[in-house]
Amino acid sequence: MSSDLLTVDQITKVYSTGGMLSRSAVAAVEKVSFSLHAGRPEIFAIIGESGSGKTTLARIILNMLAPTSGTITFRGTDFSKMHGRRRRLEFMRQVQPIFQNPFEAFNPLKRVDRYLFASASRFVGLRGRDAREAIADRALKQVGLSFAEVKGRFPHELSGGQLQRTAIARALVSSPALIIADEPVSMVDASLRMSIVNLFKSLRDELKVSIIYITHDLATAYYISDRVMIMQKGKVVETGPARDVLSNPRHPYTVLLRESVLSLDDADRPLDGKNLK
Amino acid sequence: MEAALSVENLRAYYLTRYFGVVREVRAVDDISLEVKRNEIYGLAGESSSGKTTFIKTIAAAIRPPLKVVSGSVKYSFLDRDIYGLSPKALSAVRWKHLSYITQGSMNVLNPIRRVRQSFIDFALRHTRLSKRDFFDTVESHLARMQLEPTVLSAYPHELSGGMRQRVAIALATICRPEFIIADEPTTALDVVVQKSVLRMIREAQQQLGSSMIFVTHDLTVHANIADRLGIMYAGRLVEEAPTTEIFHNPMHPYAAHLVASLPRIGDLRPRKALSGAPPNLADPPSGCRFHPRCPLAMDICRRVHPALTTLAANHRVACYAASPLVKPSAELASELAASPDREPIKLPQ
Repeated sequence: MSSDLLTVDQITKVYSTGGMLSRSAVAAVEKVSFSLHAGRPEIFAIIGESGSGKTTLARIILNMLAPTSGTITFRGTDFSKMHGRRRRLEFMRQVQPIFQNPFEAFNPLKRVDRYLFASASRFVGLRGRDAREAIADRALKQVGLSFAEVKGRFPHELSGGQLQRTAIARALVSSPALIIADEPVSMVDASLRMSIVNLFKSLRDELKVSIIYITHDLATAYYISDRVMIMQKGKVVETGPARDVLSNPRHPYTVLLRESVLSLDDADRPLDGKNLK
Repeated sequence: MEAALSVENLRAYYLTRYFGVVREVRAVDDISLEVKRNEIYGLAGESSSGKTTFIKTIAAAIRPPLKVVSGSVKYSFLDRDIYGLSPKALSAVRWKHLSYITQGSMNVLNPIRRVRQSFIDFALRHTRLSKRDFFDTVESHLARMQLEPTVLSAYPHELSGGMRQRVAIALATICRPEFIIADEPTTALDVVVQKSVLRMIREAQQQLGSSMIFVTHDLTVHANIADRLGIMYAGRLVEEAPTTEIFHNPMHPYAAHLVASLPRIGDLRPRKALSGAPPNLADPPSGCRFHPRCPLAMDICRRVHPALTTLAANHRVACYAASPLVKPSAELASELAASPDREPIKLPQ
């Protein structure tokens, strides 16, 4: 087990709603298990519709939410059992999140570089402006930006694509081993989307970062990921190498998802409402 | 064939004044297009390309600081410009002749009343029927849309997202409008539901013989529903052609990039990303607004923006690189000064 970067073992999260008399429980995530290998960085896609539990699972992996049962070990340690600021920072240094909407991830009243500096001092322990600027610049260069472009800027002064790149750079400041990206391109403009997606590929290949890519978009998942896991209503229905699963889906739900993907080739068919089955 | 909607040289700007400094955002800049009868016209473009402003303008939902600077919007069911209408005349036209399907159906349906009440609020007065006859019509309409009549007694939150969007479509089509504006109607929906909602929109449009403008940034949705497609970039229409034509033979570099960059299942060729960022409409680039990001940019592109030119049947492009037939458009400033019907710009105080 020690060769695993991340092991997710039988994770279940139950939300209960209602008052004292009418309680009902919803299993948002049910007995999900998977593992990422330490020596081989990969992009692992979690695919599902809204309500399939993929964001809940991401929050559990990030140690932001306690699971009802099951364990998650990162490099052989269960960090949810660890207490104290030092251990927590140690975990956060290695596992970093990227969120869906960069305009919500950054406080509109704060300058963007402040987030980079905060990550540099908190996770890397750097003091002094020069050292922090250097590491921020290095991280920004890795995503195709430079420190001069974001210095002193507020979020509204950057485009959605630039801001999402900055969010990725912030995550890279602490040289993490694992990045958890929750729908990172769904709010990014069409002409910039592929630059973010290609960036994930180069992070995997050049910086050897493993990425958990959470999405509902099968086409980009097919394009970048090595393995996929399909979730439906909190349960894993199919998992395996991305090309195999998405080219020859076996589970009926994966087949349904696969058939629901709109294809450009449909443009050639007569539009009589019948081809949209 | 007579056009269901013809828009000519439409310019709609956001005009603001802070501390005496006038700021002008040219969100819709010189757009001319026609939507034919019984056609779905797809309008594609990324955020801040002016899609939503364009829709607001053709629906005559104009509030300051948005201001229509020049141009006309004519519908087949109206003998004059839609801006010429009084608020009363406009409300008689809306829903009866011109209806609207929005992105968030939750915003259309009253969250604290049953769906039945929304039908009464929106449509009853346009039909001139008694309540009983009206609901007979509504129920048969819902049946055509494969919805149970029981949805009328439900509250919006009790319906799923897809179901709500279907109800919103039924609501938009109950008065058999000649023209329907659909603004990102499937964006908030899951992949599985999206296809069935698109099919329903297509079927409703065909049964009614209405014309439709369908706006979304998602080209794969357009591939499945639009007859013709217009691509917007930074407030201007840069290419317009039948949908198949756009996907097989895009002529504008921006359109070509959008089509080429779409990932497809079964195709692993690396996709190139476009450099640069979408322009700021308060300070757009000179000449062709795409030139800072364009791989084919020439000297003339930086100076004068190209006119949208018809190059083949139904195929209009605004790019010098596409064909030598594309000529510079008349300089914006001189053109504006020459147009006599232009109203002086009044600023909101």
